[in-house]
Amino acid sequence: MSAPSTFDRSAFSVPGTGRGIVDVFAYRYLLRLLVRKGTLTRYHGSVLGWAWSYVKPGAQFLVYWVVMGVFLGLNHGIESYPIYLFSGVVVVNLFNEAFGNATKSIVNNKALVKKIYLPRELFPIADVFIAFVHFLPQLVILFAACLVVGWVPTVLQLGGAVVAIFIVLLGSTGLGLLFGAINVSYRDSQNLVELIRIFATWTSPVLYSFTMVRDSLPGWMYDLYMANPLTAAVELFHSAFWYPTTSQTMERPEDLGMFTVLALAITAVTMLVGQLVFRRLEGRFAQDL
Amino acid sequence: MPKTSEAGQPRIVIEGVRKTYRLQHTQSFKETFVAWIRRKKISTTFEALDDVDIVVGEGEAVALLGYNGSGKSTLLKLVSGVLRPDAGAVLTRGRVAGLIEVGAGFHPDLSGRENVYLNAAILGMSKSEIEARFDEIVEFSEIGEFIDTEVKHYSSGMFVRLAFAVAIHTELDVLLVDEVLAVGDAPFRAKCKDKIRELVAQDKTLFIVSHDLGMVSELCDRGIVLRRGRKIYDGTADEAIATLKASTR
Repeated sequence: MSAPSTFDRSAFSVPGTGRGIVDVFAYRYLLRLLVRKGTLTRYHGSVLGWAWSYVKPGAQFLVYWVVMGVFLGLNHGIESYPIYLFSGVVVVNLFNEAFGNATKSIVNNKALVKKIYLPRELFPIADVFIAFVHFLPQLVILFAACLVVGWVPTVLQLGGAVVAIFIVLLGSTGLGLLFGAINVSYRDSQNLVELIRIFATWTSPVLYSFTMVRDSLPGWMYDLYMANPLTAAVELFHSAFWYPTTSQTMERPEDLGMFTVLALAITAVTMLVGQLVFRRLEGRFAQDL
Repeated sequence: MPKTSEAGQPRIVIEGVRKTYRLQHTQSFKETFVAWIRRKKISTTFEALDDVDIVVGEGEAVALLGYNGSGKSTLLKLVSGVLRPDAGAVLTRGRVAGLIEVGAGFHPDLSGRENVYLNAAILGMSKSEIEARFDEIVEFSEIGEFIDTEVKHYSSGMFVRLAFAVAIHTELDVLLVDEVLAVGDAPFRAKCKDKIRELVAQDKTLFIVSHDLGMVSELCDRGIVLRRGRKIYDGTADEAIATLKASTR
């Protein structure tokens, strides 16, 4: 039997094809529910619940502060080092959380991916939003600490912090799409991502000052170091939260504005590549999971 | 021959569809390398569907029959968009909803109420549509006061009833059903069949995969038999059942 000759193709759609990330906007309501589900069930069954969102970064901060600040003496080298440290740590935590979860999101949602067609970008994007929700308590602690020691930021500095968050979210979405799509067929991907996440803390000026990198590496390597979007994001946070609490005599990276623009460009390209690879591999998700 | 064009535009058009699965025999670089050295096959292919043509019209209730491995579920997944064909085309018109493994989107730690919203949104409903139908869904599921209890405390029957109730209340033009009616107790099954009959009466298109031949002859007016990925019969449901019984796997 064949289709009637009168049939009008324009009225039909091809199942399983979408416009990628653009379609996620059409599913805003579901995205909101997925984020809600992720945040509600996160600490389910634990007595401390959301307190863990304060305890974990607190413990992490304490370890870094004791080792780097006290043992290695950075407390003396960098003015108000605890705030320097914490403002960098929260940025890297946001990146690690968003990137790590987004990478595993397709595999974690395999029951749905295999049964029902949805724009699959929903899952990594929902995980990035969930990571952002968990970043907020840390941001609150940072605000509180800054206010206690006396903090009067400029509008430009605060704007920089917003840009930094945007860079981290966009970058981790792009990387999450890329590695998440590859992870469906090759679980090597999530192990590689673990490695990247370990590096993330150390390849940005979180625990130490950028001047140490500048003074011990050749110029081109320093430029490469600064071209890391995460470095730009961390330095933007330093400018917004740490710098106003100091005597403002510490050295700041030159051309931070330029590196910020570069970071935005790199994350935009990452996003594009992530989406393209994701679209390319998406057709095999349901059968490879 | 069953009606196809008299209802006007078809709802589902499947044209020359082929789906090939590649089965990878090696899982790592090491295994691939060893297999390559020994000149062993690294993968084999398997034709799940081969040159299948089906046109389903508006208001038709079509049963897809076949033994295990005949390609029924693959075909349903192609229509729902979960899989894409390797050759040929699948076209659908209107909203397609699947009663496919209901409950896939349920989260055990959320309440029944939250799961209804989540699962309905997964099936493509908007917030206002869900709100408008919420009471109807709960009533159909017979969950009653337990709607605010976490789903993990539900009995398996309650779970399935709620999941089914959500799926059957979605706004749809084409309903895909894959072996879900085998769940629930007899009164609930009867209720589900009534609901499906009601949908067919509203000129919705039904595309159903089932091994329950009694139900097929009851609900469907047309049957298609698949055998090893090829269509071997397309006609009335009763003759399709006879063809299936006469064929081998």
